Amino acid sequence: MASFLFGAAGFVLTMVALGLVVILQRPAEVDHMMVAQLLGTGGVAILLLLASATETPPIVDVALLLALFAAFAAVAFVRSASDQESEVSKATSGG
Amino acid sequence: MNLALDIFTVSAVSAGAFFFLAGTVGLLRFPDALTRLHALTKVDNLGLGLVVLGLLPQADGPFGALKLVSIWLLVQLSGAIVTQLIAGAVRQHGPHG
Repeated sequence: MASFLFGAAGFVLTMVALGLVVILQRPAEVDHMMVAQLLGTGGVAILLLLASATETPPIVDVALLLALFAAFAAVAFVRSASDQESEVSKATSGG
Repeated sequence: MNLALDIFTVSAVSAGAFFFLAGTVGLLRFPDALTRLHALTKVDNLGLGLVVLGLLPQADGPFGALKLVSIWLLVQLSGAIVTQLIAGAVRQHGPHG
């Protein structure tokens, strides 16, 4: 069972890495954010699989933190995008 | 009994891994930002959901299983909210915003 779980974790890691490499070469920033979200979800799946495969329950806590930080990163991205927007509108309305 | 649980784990984790494959392919191949978000949510909901479902029989005791389910719920909730936020940002600023 452990070797199957290791294999599944490796497969998910390959998928996420492939997505990261290809998408990060595209220009659109939204794509970068989406692939960061994919890395968050994929990372949680990989860590949970590893926790079961190696029978090391603390890895589950790492997965929990990764899920939390992925959510924070996306919220920070959207907030910075809307901050830029409000600065632009302030500059154009003021000038 | 043990064998049945192992078979359940193998099939559910394989199905989850398949959805990770589908999500990555969708993210690479779909034409615009909103359809790529659609592919991404399949990974969030089905991929991770099936992996967690498959790992439940392997969890150590009811509290380990409860922890796995609560991680899945957190990802589910944050994924839904984040997807709405990103889609709103795309709508406001276009895909380069």
